[in-house]
Amino acid sequence: MLDKVIFYFFAGIAVGSAALMVTRRNAVHSAIFLIATLLATAGIFLQLRAEFIFIVQIILYVGGIMVLFIFVIMLVNLDVALLQIKFARQKWVALVVTLALTAQVGLLFWTTGKMPGQGFPILTAAPVNRLPPNAEAVAKSLFSSYLLPFEIASVLLLVAMIGAVVMAKKRT
Amino acid sequence: MLPIGHYLFLSMALFLLGVIGVITRRNVIVVLMSIELILNAVNINLVAFSRLYGDVAGQVFALFIIADAAAEAAVGLGIIIAFFRNRETVLADEMDLLKW
Amino acid sequence: MQAATQATLDFLKLYWAPLLCGVVIVAVLPLIVGYIVLVERKLMADMQARLGPMRVGPHGLLQPIADAVKLLIKEDIIPDDADKLVFWLAPVFSVGAALLAIAGLAFGPAFQIAQDLNIGILFVVGISALGIFGIVLGGWASNSHYSLMGALRSSAQLVSYETAAGMALVCGLLFAGTLNIKSIVAAQGTQGVWFGFLAPVAFFTYLVASIAETNRAPFDLPEAESELVAGYMTEFSGFRWSLYFLAEYTNMIVVASVATTLFLGGWLRPFANVRWLNFLDYLPPLLMMGIAGYCVLRMPKQPTRVQQMFMLAVAGLCLVVAMVLAAPVLLPFVKPSLKEAVAPFYAGIHGGFWFIFKVSAYLYFFMWLRFTIPRYRFDQLMRLGWHFLIPLSIINVLVVGVALIVGSYFNLQGWALLLATTPAAIVALVAALAILSIDQKKQARQAGTAATDFYAG
Repeated sequence: MLDKVIFYFFAGIAVGSAALMVTRRNAVHSAIFLIATLLATAGIFLQLRAEFIFIVQIILYVGGIMVLFIFVIMLVNLDVALLQIKFARQKWVALVVTLALTAQVGLLFWTTGKMPGQGFPILTAAPVNRLPPNAEAVAKSLFSSYLLPFEIASVLLLVAMIGAVVMAKKRT
Repeated sequence: MLPIGHYLFLSMALFLLGVIGVITRRNVIVVLMSIELILNAVNINLVAFSRLYGDVAGQVFALFIIADAAAEAAVGLGIIIAFFRNRETVLADEMDLLKW
Repeated sequence: MQAATQATLDFLKLYWAPLLCGVVIVAVLPLIVGYIVLVERKLMADMQARLGPMRVGPHGLLQPIADAVKLLIKEDIIPDDADKLVFWLAPVFSVGAALLAIAGLAFGPAFQIAQDLNIGILFVVGISALGIFGIVLGGWASNSHYSLMGALRSSAQLVSYETAAGMALVCGLLFAGTLNIKSIVAAQGTQGVWFGFLAPVAFFTYLVASIAETNRAPFDLPEAESELVAGYMTEFSGFRWSLYFLAEYTNMIVVASVATTLFLGGWLRPFANVRWLNFLDYLPPLLMMGIAGYCVLRMPKQPTRVQQMFMLAVAGLCLVVAMVLAAPVLLPFVKPSLKEAVAPFYAGIHGGFWFIFKVSAYLYFFMWLRFTIPRYRFDQLMRLGWHFLIPLSIINVLVVGVALIVGSYFNLQGWALLLATTPAAIVALVAALAILSIDQKKQARQAGTAATDFYAG
């Protein structure tokens, strides 16, 4: 029961503010609603006992990436933001695409609900309660099984950093 | 833990909202933010399955995705700033020349 | 309905203690912050050879309450061109982040809201870093150039100094080997030496970076009142302004607590393992008795009757605290069988005292710096961060790692570990200073040819 209340609380915030983020005219408002979504998602991670991902989400996503976004919006945002037409012309295409995707996933859920034991078995699978809920487990996995991807990710970040500096630097 | 379907459904909803944002918005910065939303939806799935199977690998991949999102945001915003210096706009519709 | 009531009851049964602590903290913290401000004003007055607030209560002891009343009944102004939603949200965000960060802290072995949080110190650092949104959004929402400048400066400053602070924390955590706050303090207890001695360079880096992160002088560029007329807070008044104020001082408490936990031994008494220094246990009650005696001594000099009574009340309060502190130390002498029963109370009460004592010392250092060092220029601030502190902290992490490996190879424990870490600290400092001097030579060559643009990108 408590689990359910917490989940629906965070899920409601996440979906509601994601919808607002897509529809707000002002980019800063969009960013604020995206922050709300990310924080709610962090709450869901915490409910899933993924404490480390929770704090990484908050430090990196919210405290790092979103600050960067807001910084750039402030640098770039002319006062014209309020005068613009919000949506591009292809909004009908978007509607069709999303409707098709929704229908697809809805069909999946529907068939699973209709035929228990068939179709998409994971939806009804019982959770296993043997995950050690701590940062040490993630660290051990990260530095043993996934050491090579970890190093590649660090190289990726380095490349991105250099790329961003080169890109944003004024040509003199 | 609730049945995994709840988490998958939430993830799907966020993913679709992100897709709508990417396709419809004109402001490139908001498009980038929608992409972040999509990546975040994927993360929910990974962490939920990590809990379901009691395997920490899902969380490790969520970490990689967050690192990837950081790299993408840095480069993307760098491009946007460079573009804004040259063309004084951040609207996707007006980015219609390959070279100038 | 039944199920909902049941769920609520279950929730309360599980979490009544943290909830109570949370409510108490939210209720008491404004008062504590008010008195920190009073202490700061008194210190400032002392250093400038003035008296400071003297009118409200004896020696201005009731000044914080008068200030709070004034702020609460002030008119709440929202500028016409401001973005109403964001203007409303920004101070709330700032205060919320600061208060939430307190939940992860432990003010003694007994008092922690989020008990045994696995990610302990990361939680505190990460959540308190969210306060930046309050500043940035507040500066943007007030639609004023000064505020926007303050917000931009602030975000640049916080992002740059967070890196240095994070690296310094990593250094301390290398010694602890855990993120859990209680385990960190326990590690310092078993090693018998505070990590501040083992990692002096990291402590120094964190000290400087934490001043910059809390926007305190000499790094208070975001709110420099002489150039930006209070920066991001220009358009805020009354209650909203006081929320920002509350957030700033709460953040000070948070960074001071993090530094105390990681570098100054948390709630451990100085030399907790040394037997013959056990007389230090008598220090806290004696200190409180001393304050009480001083208050009684000064009482006849107060001009009015009410103030004399108030002085007596303060003395009584100090006496009560002294008795509470003395009880767990003295009881075993009266009745040796009580020694076991009294031990947890001793740990809780004296731990709390030492923790608060160390945090106060850290805050005193902050204030001392504020009244001593003039404000930095923004490009100097950025250069200090990027060209000195960040290289220093990164090199320090490397050399401390090497020192730890060397230490474990020679099986060095406790104070003996200093043999390995002191050369490491010297190496880190020399390397960072070398980088700085090379950089300054380059700067001198470039000076005049190109103006540096610190807002670029």
